[in-house]
Parts: sequence; structure tokens; C-alpha cells
Amino acid sequence: MPESDSRPASNLPPLSLHIPEPRYRPGDTPDFGDIVVPAVDATPRPSEDTKPDAMRDMCYGLVRVLDFDGVAKGPWDPKLSAVRLRAMLRYMMLTRAFDDRMFRAQRQGKTSFYMKCTGEEATSVASTMAIDRSDMCFPSYRQQGLLITRDYPLIQMMNQIYSNRGDHLLGRQLPIMYSAPEHGFFSVSGNLATQYPQAVGWAMASASKGDTRIATVWCGEGSSAEGDFHSALTFATVYNAPVIFNVVNNQWAISSFSGFAGGERTTFAARAVGYGIAGLRVDGNDPLAVYAATQWAADRARTNNGPTLIEHFTYRSEGHSTSDDPSAYRAADEATAWPFGDPIARLKQHLEMLGEWDDERHQAQARELEELVKTTQKQSEKLGVLGHGMHQPFETMFQDVFEEMPWHLKEQCDQMLAEQEAKFGPNWKPE
Amino acid sequence: MMSGDIKTMNMIEAINSAMDIMLERDPNTVVMGEDVGYFGGVFRATAGLQKKHGKTRVFDTPINECGIIGVAVGMGAYGLRPVPEIQFADYIYPGLDQLVSEAARLRYRSANDFICPMTVRTPFGGGIFGGQTHSQSPESIMTHICGVKTVIPSNPYDAKGLLIAAIEDNDPVVFLEPKRIYNGPFSGYYDRPVEPWSKHDASAVPEGYYRIDLGKAATVRAGEAVTVLAYGTMVHVAKTVVEERGIDAEILDLRTLLPLDIDAIEASVRKTGRCLIIHEATRTSGFGAELAALVQERCFYHLEAPVERVTGFDTPYPHSLEWAYFPGPVRIATALDKILKD
Repeated sequence: MPESDSRPASNLPPLSLHIPEPRYRPGDTPDFGDIVVPAVDATPRPSEDTKPDAMRDMCYGLVRVLDFDGVAKGPWDPKLSAVRLRAMLRYMMLTRAFDDRMFRAQRQGKTSFYMKCTGEEATSVASTMAIDRSDMCFPSYRQQGLLITRDYPLIQMMNQIYSNRGDHLLGRQLPIMYSAPEHGFFSVSGNLATQYPQAVGWAMASASKGDTRIATVWCGEGSSAEGDFHSALTFATVYNAPVIFNVVNNQWAISSFSGFAGGERTTFAARAVGYGIAGLRVDGNDPLAVYAATQWAADRARTNNGPTLIEHFTYRSEGHSTSDDPSAYRAADEATAWPFGDPIARLKQHLEMLGEWDDERHQAQARELEELVKTTQKQSEKLGVLGHGMHQPFETMFQDVFEEMPWHLKEQCDQMLAEQEAKFGPNWKPE
Repeated sequence: MMSGDIKTMNMIEAINSAMDIMLERDPNTVVMGEDVGYFGGVFRATAGLQKKHGKTRVFDTPINECGIIGVAVGMGAYGLRPVPEIQFADYIYPGLDQLVSEAARLRYRSANDFICPMTVRTPFGGGIFGGQTHSQSPESIMTHICGVKTVIPSNPYDAKGLLIAAIEDNDPVVFLEPKRIYNGPFSGYYDRPVEPWSKHDASAVPEGYYRIDLGKAATVRAGEAVTVLAYGTMVHVAKTVVEERGIDAEILDLRTLLPLDIDAIEASVRKTGRCLIIHEATRTSGFGAELAALVQERCFYHLEAPVERVTGFDTPYPHSLEWAYFPGPVRIATALDKILKD
């Protein structure tokens, strides 16, 4: 056995191990001036049936529509009506209002956990608007914008966050791990990227049945390192599955910057190249670019031209979750230094420039949405909040492990009900 | 319950017939796995199925167990009834997260919004000189997962009826096929000629549809002196030993490990007062430990001797020393002698 601190005599230079390190840490002044921002109309729009090997450049470019003055330009402009643009803005603003309120609710001790998507609203909202309502979404934990865009009742989201009497998941899941099959929203796991092969399986099933629906799936750049991600891309390319892979590259996976997922070497869109599938890299803070890229990928999938991997280049403006403190590992003002701005501000500016929106209407809408969220929150809190009483009958703990409860679970359930009686007396009822 | 003519089948043919029937009966059933399509599987379990049912129903997959099980979860969410094959149980580990964290808990975590009606078929166990990566018995890993059923047949008739019931089940089932007995029951004497299934009653298999409900053990042999709890290959080895030695043992073939037929176990051990548990898997934290604990909890005052376990050793499955590892007749006889001593 060689000793760990010695090495064989050699005249070769010693090898060195590279440990990725983000450029800015707390106390540094971030400067993203070296991020290449191609001209807004510089990225061509190939036709939806282009062979993947003929469009590899797309993985290294950046699909953009809105310039930084709010003008829509170039071949990717989806040319949405003002009505659609205002709907998009509203959904993004509602998502942000919802996040702010629920974050505060966690800080007030009303629930255990929350995750915001601040700065990333476009990657869910615009993406969902570009697919059909019946298409199936396999979200990660940061796609609340998707449910909001599909008009899922806010109160149901809140009930889940509070694990209260109205939570149709019976308090079993960590807050924000929603499930909404009628809204084409798969149950959120919490294990990372497991939804990736599942989305491919759903898409394969749809194709094998001659259905017309496609699947879309999200993960972060950090979890693109999981084996499931690569399993999914392998299956998708093998079976030409009608699926859209979204990688939300928000630069940070808790405290690990994108370099720990390989981001120092190439783009995340470029993962598509090795699998022989289409890849697009998109300004994730440009809602129109996200819409256009998703629409392109959806059309491609729906016409049997196969899967697309979309990297949404964006920035996680806030902490990973309520349990995170980003000031401990990254520079304080990275979010403001981020060269792509804020998706809500950019769409607002665009609408204003079109003469279809103004600051007064914007502020009024912000107040209206804040009020809507607040009112809904009050309704939800009437059904209870986490940690203030127990809201589910204890026996629900044993239900749905299997379709029918086997004897060993019945026995354990009886044991637990006896414990319940010993602790709370015979007349205890859920609050 | 039964239908159609009786045909002599080995275990492979019975398993093949179960999938054939389910592909026929239910347009949502799909069969997939490494080499299962055109070729028909490395053990031939899916032979002819692709030709008969088409490539979108029976197909080959990439060598990627995480993908196989993950994709099957998504297919289940769509409404299909996938029957993925993992080529050897030893290869299931890359897919374990999809099984443990996804398939098993999908119904629970979504409160019935989504279910996973998947049956993972996989050959397991030793006795074919498979070395440490083609011989393992991971059943206790499966039974330790909440939300997965674990089924192990020991003969062609049961294999077909149980597999049909597993495929029809709306929860995920891990269907472990004892590959040593695919082609014939095994006495435990590796140096004796292999007996084909055709000489065994359980090779008489109806050609049509029938099911054996999960969660029910079978009494292989009634007796008064000692209860032997076994499953898969070990059922046959146990039977050989007790018959050779003229022991009036009651042998229960558990068939389903989870949910377990506790009533059958309890009734038998209360009657005989003695219990031997046999499995091929490694000993520590093996399924035998669970069985021993249950017997002790429920039958303690009926026991006349300590519960004994005969198992594989806590080593990887060796290649050349396979038969020294295997819990064969000598190990079983020694344990029986000890239990029956006084």
C-alpha cells in the first residue's frame, strides 16, 4: 500500500486537482461583464424539423427577443397579442406576490418551509403559456408559476403549504410539493431529477397510444448532474420521445455554483449535443424568448421531430429556500449585477413601450394581486396552519401506502390509535 | 378461476404465458427491458411476445435500470401498466431510487392522484455459477420499502397465476424469479442430474387466464413435527431434505413476502411448536430475521425450541465455491436436527 503523503519518484510535473470556485464570494463586488450577450436578433430560428446536428450552434448561443430597452426583435419574436402579454405579466406578478406572502408566512411560523422563484418566473409562466393546457408537466420544486398559470386555485396551494384540513395531500408532503393531475401537474418528488425519466415514460406512453399530448419537465442546472437526467436523455433520444427538457440554470444549487454541475466547461444546453437531440439556450429572464423557445420545442415534439433540451439562463435572486442563507456563500448584490435584469420589469417595459400598459396600471395590478393573495391566505388559514394543532385524522398516515391496507399496516394503525388515545383521550378529533 | 387446456410448462414458459395473456387482455400492458424485445430475453421469458404483440408493446431498452424503472413510473402515470424486466436482480440497484422514492410512494405522496401499477420482473438467486453479480437475493431490500409488494414463485403454476395477479395489481410489485429453477425444481444436490419440470405436478399449467391472489402462502407438505418457512428455490431443497430424512415437517411456501400470509404461518407454528426458516439470501437483516421476530411475537408460548434460520453466508456470493455457500441439504439437515433434538 503506498503511503498517502508520498508518491513514486518521477520527473513529471505533479498533477493537480481542480476544485471549482465561483468568482465572487461575500464581500466581493460582482461583475458579470464577461458574460457574452449576443445581439438580440443574432440567433437564427431554425425550422422545427431541423436535424439536431444541423443546429448545434443553438446550444452555445442565446435565444433572445426583448432587447434591454423593451423592444421585441428578431426571428424568435412570438408576436403575442397585448392581451396575451398582459396575461403573462399578470401570472408572473401573481407568482411573485404569492411567493412573497408565503415566504412571510413561513417566517411567521405558519409553516415549515417555502421556496421562492424570484427572478425565474418567466421560466415557468411563459413556458406553460406556450404549451397546450392538456400537455403534462413534470415539475421540480420551483415551478409554482406553472400551477398559477394554469389557474390552479391559490387556496389549494396554500392549504398544501400549511398541511391544513384542506390539504388534499393530507399533510403528507413537505410544503410546495404539490400534485394536481387535473391541471396536468405531476406530483413533486423532492428527490432531484427523478421526474426526468418519468416525463420521458409519460411521453413514450402518449406516443405509443397515438395521443397528441406531449410532456414537459423541469430541473435545475445542479440536478442535471444526477444520473436520472442522463437516463432520461438517453431514453428520449432512443425512442424520439415527445418531451421538452427544461434546465433552469439559475447559477446556484443551494451554495454550489453551476461549476459543480460542469458549468465551467460548457453550456447546459450542450448536453443535448452528445445525445443527438435539439438544444436551445435561452435568456431565461426574457419571457418572450422563453415562450418562443418552448413553442418551437412543443411544435417539434408534436410533429414527431423529437425531444428538445432548453437551458434557461437565469439567476436565483433569493435563497434556495427558507432554510438557506445565501449571504453566507455568495456576493450580496449578484442579483442586481446580473446582466439580464428582471423578467417582470422587462415585460412591463415592453408593454409600456407598446402603449399597452403604464406604471399606474402596474401598481394597481400589484396591489390587486397582493390583496387577492392576502384574502385567499386568510381563507386558507381558517383551515389551519402547520404546527398549530393536528389537522388530519391519524389513520390517514396508513392510508394509500397500498390500494388496500394489508394486515401489518392495520395492526400498526391500531397501535397508533391506542397511542393517540393514551396521549389525547378518547374524544380527540383533528382540529 | 382456471381456463383453457392444461399444458406442461416450465417456469419460463409459464411466465411467458402470463405476460402473453396480459398483453392480450389489457391494451395498456407493456413489457420492456434489456434484450426482451426481438431476442426474447436472456432467459427467454419474453420469447415471441414482440412478434405477437408488436414493437410498441414489447420492446428493448437502453442498459439503464434507473431509466427503465423511471420511465415505467411515467408510463404508469399516463395510464399504462408497465412490466419492466431487470435482467438480473443484481442490476436493480441503479434503479433503486426510482423504486424506493418514486414508484413505492407515488400513491401515498399524491394521495391517490397518481398510482404506479408496475410489475418489475427480475431473476434472482444463485446456483447457476453466476458469481457475485448474478446470484444475489435482494428480497429483504424490497420488503423493507414501504409501498412495494414482493412476490417469489416456486413453480410454473404459481409463477403464472401470481404474475397475472401482480400485473393486475394497482401497486408496484417486485416479482423475483428464482432462476435456478426456471427449467426444473432443484433438490439442493448440485451433483445429481437436473430433473425437468415435466416430472412435477406444478408443471401442469392452464393455457388461459387464472390468478393466484397475492398474500397467500401455500402448504407444500402438511406435517406435525416442525414448520419450515421457505420460498423460491429453497422450497424444493427443503422438501428433498425432509423427505430423505423422513421428517414429518410442514413446509409453507410463502409465495408473497409482502404482504405476508401471517395467518398461515401462525397456524402452522402453533400446531408444530417448532420453526425453521430457510432462505438463500445473506443472513444478517435478511427476511428470515423478520420471520423469526414475527413467529416469536405471535407463537412464543407454543414454541418448543428456538426458531432457527438457514441462510446464505454474509459474504458476497462466491463463484467457484458456490456450493459451499449455498444453504444446501447439509446445512438444512443440521438445523432440523437441532430443532428436533428435544
